[in-house]
Amino acid sequence: MTPELMEEGAMRLERLRVEQSSGKTESGGRQAGFSRIATPGEVDLTHGRILYLEDVSVSFDGFKAINKLSLDIAPGELRCIIGPNGAGKTTMMDIITGKTRPDEGTVFFGSTIDLLRYNEPQIAQMGIGRKFQKPTVFEHLTVFENLELALKTDKRVVPSMVFRLDSAQGDQVADLLHTIHLAEDVNRLAGNLSHGQKQWLEIGMLLVQDPKLLLLDEPVAGMTDEETARTAELFLTLKGKHSLMVVEHDMSFIRTISEIVTVLCDGSVLAQGTLDQVQADERVIEVYLGR
Amino acid sequence: MKTDDGIRAPAPAVPRPPISLPQRSALLTRAGWSAFVIAALLVGVLAPLLNLVVPQDSALHLSDYAVALLGKIMCYAILALAMDLIWGYTGILSLGHGLFFALGGYVMGMYLMRQIGREGNYKSELPDFMVFLDWKELPWHWALSDSFVATLLLVVLVPGLVAFVFGYFAFRSRIKGVYFSIITQAMTFAAMLLFFRNETGFGGNNGFTDFKRIVGIAIATPMMRMFLFVLTGGCLLGFFLLARALVRAKFGRVLQAIRDGESRVMFCGYSPVGYKLAIWTISAMMCGVAGALYVPQVGIINPSEMSPANSIEIAIWAAVGGRASLVGPIVGAFVVNGAKSWLTVAYPEFWLYFLGALFIAVTLFLPNGIVGLARGWKRGGK
Repeated sequence: MTPELMEEGAMRLERLRVEQSSGKTESGGRQAGFSRIATPGEVDLTHGRILYLEDVSVSFDGFKAINKLSLDIAPGELRCIIGPNGAGKTTMMDIITGKTRPDEGTVFFGSTIDLLRYNEPQIAQMGIGRKFQKPTVFEHLTVFENLELALKTDKRVVPSMVFRLDSAQGDQVADLLHTIHLAEDVNRLAGNLSHGQKQWLEIGMLLVQDPKLLLLDEPVAGMTDEETARTAELFLTLKGKHSLMVVEHDMSFIRTISEIVTVLCDGSVLAQGTLDQVQADERVIEVYLGR
Repeated sequence: MKTDDGIRAPAPAVPRPPISLPQRSALLTRAGWSAFVIAALLVGVLAPLLNLVVPQDSALHLSDYAVALLGKIMCYAILALAMDLIWGYTGILSLGHGLFFALGGYVMGMYLMRQIGREGNYKSELPDFMVFLDWKELPWHWALSDSFVATLLLVVLVPGLVAFVFGYFAFRSRIKGVYFSIITQAMTFAAMLLFFRNETGFGGNNGFTDFKRIVGIAIATPMMRMFLFVLTGGCLLGFFLLARALVRAKFGRVLQAIRDGESRVMFCGYSPVGYKLAIWTISAMMCGVAGALYVPQVGIINPSEMSPANSIEIAIWAAVGGRASLVGPIVGAFVVNGAKSWLTVAYPEFWLYFLGALFIAVTLFLPNGIVGLARGWKRGGK
């Protein structure tokens, strides 16, 4: 290494910096790469798919819970999933949210994020919210504290030691309390709510995270007819802004909200289409009514 | 005016009734602050007056025995408070907190051993047990034992570091519930066996004793004893405020959420490992301080402090007083240890039966402990 060489190198580096900052590079200001630049943490929707599962399989002790499952969901879509017990609906959600690792297959969030490389909290922070089959809220905290906890904020240890709700976040929580009809129960312990109200609270905890994709496992189980109707109304307003995947057994609820219905059976997709189409399908009738 | 319709169908024309979101609760209520100040006055003013100023033959005189006993129990109360943070609030039952207490005690003990100087039985620079073992120089881990400042730091750092390393691997591997409790129990037992050995350089089964002075001041004077007593009370009250601030923050609510539904917490975007590790380490550090205050007051530290039974007793204090209440475990430590010091004199053979019966009774009839019972009465009376 001679001084001349070092000087030349420094000059080249300087020229490169100027070119890059003024955008006058040989490639016309674009950075290297084949098409778009993958930005970490940003969901790439340019291919029109927010969730993409291909050939996913998982088995527990030899039992194939999910068998070569392929499924995709468009941004803003409301997709209903039905299927007999043991069809793998909950296992599929476990895989998407990082709780279960599949034996093989690919799971992508947008076009660039490989979900299999992340754990549950990371996936939740990227914008996939999940409601469990059994309503799980924090029973010893109030309705307000439950929502505050789920709020989209910095979720590391030290920031939550000094966290204070600002007025914008306060408004957001207040708005949501109206949406989920719990405005008068702000200070009640979540453990004292009715079953239907707990379901609502859990949905509220999902919404306050501002997720891009919501996975809802039997959201209207145990709700009264009136509550079910309200839930259907809520989901229809969410459609478009968020993508939803709803697993349900309540056919009248599905009829109210569904566009496309996917039927799962034995861990893979059996049929897909509108509710009328799948209900007319011979194979679907067979698995539901027995051979 | 709120109507049902106004909430159910929020039409744009009808303004929504405003919601008053709950305000941040105060660090302590007005009554809480009063009780806090009274406790501070009792420990900081009344106890020294009754012990040092009031003459010995007066009925109001606080005996040296009582000062020593209360000072010891206040150290235990710090332990119970630390246990409440990790067990009551986070739902992680540790049966190894005695180890962190003993580590803090040993760090302080090493310093006190060095303070003896040449006044030991063998008139040597080295502590007596090293002379006895025919050691010629201080082992490496005694290097900082001459410095008081380093001792104060190590009292917190050693238990903190041990807890951090242990907790990191345990929580990262998602070890939970009874498995975690058993591993902590094994940890303290293993440490006890290690400290029992002469060659580890902690005085073997005799531990450290015969302390003469602390920062050059004689340790066995009434003034020094009272100073340590007041210092312990101050630490207890300070730790209480710290614990209260921690559980009142969102941090504390995340801990409770981890206790009630860990997977829900993960799907809310929180990584529980960091939270568990933080409270686990803080709790261990509090135990270290309690140990360091305990040793100069009691005058001895030996490996039996690490015995599994001691750690289990801490859990019993917390359960008796009432978990997840902060005040409860402190009350529990006083009640159980008060009963212990009376029963072990009056009916020495029945103490362990009593302790077992107490634990069963509390589990069956008082799931929220003494504090839960008191709150129930208060509510029932209204």
